[in-house]
Formats: sequence, C-alpha cells, structure tokens
Amino acid sequence: MLQRLFAIMNKEVRQLARDRLTFGMIVGIPLLQMLLFGYAINFDVRDIRGAVVDEARTSHSRALVADLQASGVVRFAAPSASVSELRRRLDAGEVSVGVVIPRDFERRRLGADRAVVQILVDGSEPMIDSVARGLVQMPLPARDGEYRSRVPVFEVLTEYNPERRTAVQVVPALIGVILNMTMVIFTSVAIVRERERGNLELLITTPIRSWELMAGKLAPYVVIGLIQTTLVLVVGAYAFDVPINGSLLDLYLAAALFIAATLTLGLVISTLVKSQMQAFQLSFMTLLPSILLSGFVFPFDGMPKPAQWIAQVLPLTHFVEMIRGVLLRGAPLTEMGMPAAKLALFLAVTLAIATLRFHKRLD
Amino acid sequence: MATHPGAVLTPAIVARGLTRRFGRVTAVDGIDLEIPRARIYGFLGPNGSGKSTTIRMLCGLLHPSAGTVQVLGHEMPRDAERLRPRLGYMTQKFSLWDDLTVAENLDFMARVFDLDRHRRRSRFEAVTDEYHLAPLLQQRAGTLSGGQRQRLALAAATLHEPELLMLDEPTSAVDPQSRRDFWESLFALVARGVTILVSTHYMDEAERCHELAILADGRIVAQGAPKRLMGTIPARVVEIEAEDTVQARAVLLEDDAVLSVAQLGTRLHVLLRPDTPRPAERCADRLHDAGVAARSTVVGASLEDVFVAATGFKLTSHVAAAD
Ligand SMILES: Nc1ncnc2c1ncn2[C@@H]1O[C@H](COP(=O)(O)OP(=O)(O)OP(=O)(O)O)[C@@H](O)[C@H]1O
Ligand SMILES: [Mg+2]
Repeated sequence: MLQRLFAIMNKEVRQLARDRLTFGMIVGIPLLQMLLFGYAINFDVRDIRGAVVDEARTSHSRALVADLQASGVVRFAAPSASVSELRRRLDAGEVSVGVVIPRDFERRRLGADRAVVQILVDGSEPMIDSVARGLVQMPLPARDGEYRSRVPVFEVLTEYNPERRTAVQVVPALIGVILNMTMVIFTSVAIVRERERGNLELLITTPIRSWELMAGKLAPYVVIGLIQTTLVLVVGAYAFDVPINGSLLDLYLAAALFIAATLTLGLVISTLVKSQMQAFQLSFMTLLPSILLSGFVFPFDGMPKPAQWIAQVLPLTHFVEMIRGVLLRGAPLTEMGMPAAKLALFLAVTLAIATLRFHKRLD
Repeated sequence: MATHPGAVLTPAIVARGLTRRFGRVTAVDGIDLEIPRARIYGFLGPNGSGKSTTIRMLCGLLHPSAGTVQVLGHEMPRDAERLRPRLGYMTQKFSLWDDLTVAENLDFMARVFDLDRHRRRSRFEAVTDEYHLAPLLQQRAGTLSGGQRQRLALAAATLHEPELLMLDEPTSAVDPQSRRDFWESLFALVARGVTILVSTHYMDEAERCHELAILADGRIVAQGAPKRLMGTIPARVVEIEAEDTVQARAVLLEDDAVLSVAQLGTRLHVLLRPDTPRPAERCADRLHDAGVAARSTVVGASLEDVFVAATGFKLTSHVAAAD
C-alpha cells in the first residue's frame, strides 16, 4: 500500500532536513570537490617558458612562432641569437623549451625528408616533456607552401576541448564521482543507523514490506542526487565554462540511472556491515577504485587489462563514459546503449542481492 | 477485537521446545509456554536469562534453532507477516525516532500500520489522552524523560489496537510512581481483552502478573500464578533477625539443609530443604551453638524467595553434592 511507502519517505525527508551534518554534506561535498578539482588540481600545462632561435627569418617561420605563442602552451621570452646560447639558457633553467628554426626551413618544409623544426626540451620535468612531444605533432606547413595560421596546433588531441582545459574533462566526470561518494555513503549509513539505534527492530514488527522500506528510504536520495547534479552543472557552467552540448533530458536520465545504481550499491553495503563506521569504510573502499579506474583520472585505454576488467564492474566507469558523451560530444542517449545497458545490469544485480539479503528479521 | 468466540479458548501463545543458539551460547533452551488470552503474563529473570531472545522469537524477529511457536494461531516465523497487524511490540531499548516529534512518531506508526484517516485521527487522540502526551506532542522524542518515552512507546505500540502486546522490560529507567501508572494502563488494556506479555526483573511487577515464568540460563525454572508459586515453593522459608547478619549468614550456610541465604534489609531469608523438620528451631539451634544472637521465625515465601529458590538451586545442590 502506498500509504506506508509515503510514510517512510516523509519520515526520511524530515530526518534529513533536521540532520545538519548530512544536509551540509549534500551541498558541501560537491562544492568542495569542484574547488579541489576545478582550481587546485590543474592538469593543464600553460605558459611554459620558451625561447626561439629563428635562423630562417621568413614570413612562414614568423607565422609558426606566432602560432606556437597563440596556443598559450609556450610563452616565448627574448629570442636567442644562436643554438649554443639557447642551450646555455636551457642549462641555466631560464627556459624549459627551445625552438630552433634552421636556416634551410623553407627547403625542409617543402621536402619533408628531414625534421623541419627542432625542439629542445628540459627533460627533467615530465609534464613539460610530454607537452613538448605534443608540440612535435603540430601539422607540418602544407606542401603547397601555404602555412595557414588557423590550423590548430593540437588538432588530434583536443577535438572536444579545443583549449584542452582540465575543467572540461573533469567536471562532467566529477558529477559521477560526487554522486558515487554521497549516494553510497548516505544510503548505507541511513539504513545502518536505524539498525544501530534499534529503530529497525521496531520497524520490522510492523506490517511494512521490505520493498516499501527500501524504496521509501532511497527515493528522497534520488532527488538529492539530481539536485547535486544540477549544482555541479551550474557551477561548472558559470565558474569553469563547461559546455552543456547534449540534451538536458538525456543528461538527467543518465544521472538518474547512475543514482539508482549507486543507491542499490549502498543498500547492499548496508546489508553487509554492522555499524555506521563499517558502512563508511566499505563505502570508501568502493569509492577509491571507482575514482582511479573509471577513466576519471587516468585514461581508460591506457590501463592494464585486469584494471579494465575491474573497471567494468564499477558503475562510475559507465557513467563517466555516458556523461562525457552527452555533455561534451552532445551525443544522444540512444548512442550510449552499451554503457547504459551495463549500468542497468549493475543495478539489476545489486538490487537482486540487496533484496535477497534484506530480511525483516534480526538474524 | 474481531476474534470469533471459539478463539478465546485457545491460548494466545503456544511454544514447544523453543530453543535459540548464538554460536556456542544457548540463549534459550527448550522452553514450553502456554499463554492464555486477556491476561498479563510475565517473564521474570536476571540479565542474560533469555527474556529478550524469547520475545524476539515469539514475534518472528529471530528464527528459533529448534521448537515450534504459534502466536494467535499463526505459525511463527512462517506466518509472521500475518501476525504483524495484530501485534504490538515495545522493544527493550527505546526504538522510536529521536529526531522526530512525539506527534510525528505517532503519526508515522499509525500510517505504517495502515490505519485509515478517520481511525488515525481517533486513535491519535485516544492514545494522546490515555498516556498524557498532549503537552509533549511537539517535543522531539530524543528530549523526553525516561517515563515520558516509555509512555510514548506504549502509545505507539497500542495505536493500532493490537490483540497481543509484547513489552520487553518496559519499566527499566522509570520511577516507581510512573511504574504504578504504567501498570494501571496495562490492566486497563487487559480489561479490554488484550493479551500482554511483559518481561521484567522487578519482583513487585512480577507479582502483579496473572501468570509468570521464571527464567534462568535460558530455561523456565518455575511457572504459574505468583500466589501459587509462593504457596508451593519447594523450600521452607525462615526469617532471621540477627545483630551480626554477616556471621549469621556464614554459620547458616554451613548447614546442608540450607539452600540459600539472602539478606533483606536487616533480616535474612533462609531457604531450607522442603523436607527439613522444624526449620526455625534448626536455625535457632545452629546460631545459638555458634554464639550468634538471633530470632528465627517461619514465614510465607515472597516472590523473591521463589526466585532465589528457582534460580539458585543449581549452585547450592552442587555445593551440597560436594560435601
Ligand atoms: N544477537 C546475539 N548474538 C549473540 N549472543 C546473543 C545475541 N542476543 C543475545 N545473546 C546472548 O543470549 C543470552 C540471552 O540474552 P537476552 O538478551 O535474551 O537476555 P535478557 O534476559 O533479555 O537479558 P536483559 O535482562 O539483560 O535484557 C545472553 O547471554 C546474550 O549474550
Ligand atoms: Mg532483554
């Protein structure tokens, strides 16, 4: 009967509204994470100090330097007169990148049998090294001799994120991380708390059905999850200029599916633990691999095979794939059939486990 | 109470060989129960004697390791769900929601028990009135005093007018006046045909029950109406008034006819084997021989004596056998 379901939901909402700590966490965790990942942790490499030795001094070579400068990755100091002087400045740590445009630049450009431009790099800093290697992939000025300055330097790497900003990559996935963190913890703790305080012993002697109890406790968190999603999107859009390219409906559908999956995961955890402390610990234990393996921090394809298999079991992996697709590439949800199906499968399995394990009994 | 006339004759609760083990601990060990309807039935027992475990099995919260239970004709724990609407349960520990107000707690329980709107309102008013909750309605349950909480818990347990109430140590942490009031309300419920099962470790409460089971180590060691238990105690009771109760006690314990000696204020209650002839004289002689000044009289057994006799036998018979 719906009356019992609504009674549970109503009670849950009231308790939530009175629990300042939980209430603070609902808003606090997303904001804190946004600040952390949006500002403090910066995977962007910008404004590397560099110097140019332009021995060619043609209009093309000047255009090339201007393009490099415009990419924002390298900021050129005063040009050096010779390669040996450039080396000295690199050794002194005055600059980290040196670009040498040889005297026969024009001939090399047309011939393309030798390297056109030489880049000298301070290899002691891994970040700079990898960025400089990125510079090398810059398209060669075309054979027909036309060097078009519109050609982006990092064309291959930056398709949906032209300025290659971390926030754009991180914020969509961050929705998943935040939901994963809060939903699992809130539900597992909310249920275990009732058991710890003895409320459950009373509840299970009432005519309430198991599914009413579970659904009634989880439903308010679906709404909370959607509020958090909105919060992250709005802050992401205003503070970090994260685009919302896809349809909002698709986005919220994907979020709702993921929220359901994390809630049932929390439910399963609540049936495994005895105390709120254990619920916290187990929730964090599921969170850590999710953050590391889901493709949020490290690119999924670069991970070793076993890690990829583990990642398949984590709901966050599939959500990150979906949310990046919808939010950045503007892909419709219908194109996200595979991750959506995997997420749905995860939901079905955890729900089955939770239902099997959740009894109206104490033993 | 929508019970058909024949149902009144069958007991409210029947248990046979009820047993519950937790790992190596046997919390309840082969209990047989037959609890009549419209009566207050008490479980009296010390801490850890298995009162809560038994009650939990009776209301389907725990599965018995062995034995059978029928409650209001329902096979437990199989038909536990069908019993729910007919059962009110008050846990040993306060288990309503501390962060909800009194009114919210009551309203929640009424909804969970499927009362319709009219009945919700009328029952809400009835229990608020009966348990004097009106001035507390807007107060959070967590801020109530012990007695107020217990009134709220009983109100919540009786909201849906159950035929059977199971109360697990309802009056621990409650002052004597509140305890008396509480028992008044229990008798009022019984008068309306409700069957009440209550556990306690207070003698005076146990004495008010229509029937009683004394539990020790998971077994029922005595069972029956309190009067009958006191009348048929398997021991003679002698009350000793002595100057030096410590020495008197030591002297009496050396006698193998003495089962136990318990101090009640300045007096000692001595339980002797039921076949002891002239027990008062025997005690007086022993004390006189040992040079302890004392006065001995045979008295009727109190419930405490029954309790001591029932729960203390194992130890004393063991001591006696070692002699
Ligand atoms: N869930 C459990 N797991 C293990 N042992 C248990 C469990 N519940 C009860 N016990 C043990 O069973 C025995 C009986 O416990 P129970 O709670 O039934 O006693 P009680 O008579 O209600 O005591 P009290 O007056 O202290 O409430 C105790 O030894 C207790 O330690
Ligand atoms: Mg107990």
